[in-house]
Amino acid sequence: MKLKELESCLQQVDAFEEPKILLEQYPTSPHIAACMLYTIHNTFDDIEGKLVADLGCGCGVLSIGLCVGLDIDRDALDIFRRNAEDFEISNVDLIQCDLCAIETQNYANKFDTVIMNPPFGTKHNQGMDMKFLRAALTMAKTAVYSLHKTSTREHIQKKAHDWGVKMEVLAELRYDLPASYKFHKKKSVDIQVDFLRFSKA
Amino acid sequence: MKLLTHNMLTSHVKGVVKGYPLLIKATEVKMNEVEFNPQFVSRMIPKLEWSALVQAAEELGHREDLPGELMAEYEKDEEFLKKVHRVLLEVEVIEGCLQCPESGREFPITRGIPNMLLNEDEV
Repeated sequence: MKLKELESCLQQVDAFEEPKILLEQYPTSPHIAACMLYTIHNTFDDIEGKLVADLGCGCGVLSIGLCVGLDIDRDALDIFRRNAEDFEISNVDLIQCDLCAIETQNYANKFDTVIMNPPFGTKHNQGMDMKFLRAALTMAKTAVYSLHKTSTREHIQKKAHDWGVKMEVLAELRYDLPASYKFHKKKSVDIQVDFLRFSKA
Repeated sequence: MKLLTHNMLTSHVKGVVKGYPLLIKATEVKMNEVEFNPQFVSRMIPKLEWSALVQAAEELGHREDLPGELMAEYEKDEEFLKKVHRVLLEVEVIEGCLQCPESGREFPITRGIPNMLLNEDEV
């Protein structure tokens, strides 16, 4: 499938109906999602025929291929399920859980690949991005693909080193977030975001 | 909830030593066609708790002739892989619950999604 086709399919995916601010719910734009998935599949072959987990899956913009989506919010998961039905995607399964509370050891190395666009930790949930990353690295056998604020790159690099995992910056993205909450004053805001790949040595 | 997913789920209620496997009490089960990929099925098998899968399939009345133990060289047996594919990916629990074998705590399954969230006092 061509990148443009993928992007245009993803534009049809339903997003959060009433985003919950404390969960930092923002849909990944179809453009960014398409680029991420295209790279993961074409450069690294980490999607097709693989067991993939999408942590903090929300409404499922990133989830394609055989995939298990995990999220704490039932409303988002219901939309994900609807999206999967609308697109007739049957190789998807969903779990409602709290990634900070589960024993990730039980899921250690169970997934070939983990993909995610985690909360960045800006809404009374500081450090959430690192918690997600830690969980992802436990659960993945081969690779973790994730989006993180560019401003945290050095910090993450250091943590990756401490944890014995290799980190690659695949791309720098300008994540364009349109105003979605009442307190947003600007029409949209660009956040510098790194698209990262982590692999176990 | 597919049985591939169920095979991974554990109860992590405070104080529980081995909350696995979760017993399935289903009130609605559906079959959903999924494209068969023999290599994928073959790769998943070693990751599974095989007896838990057989038990789950049994609980749902979908065991058919799935063997209690894996035999050697299953990777080459396409008929066997098709049976495993069916049970792992095509049987779906839509409504019901999962029960922790130790604490008895029930985790509801609604619209195909198991809710593993614990209350504050259970964490």
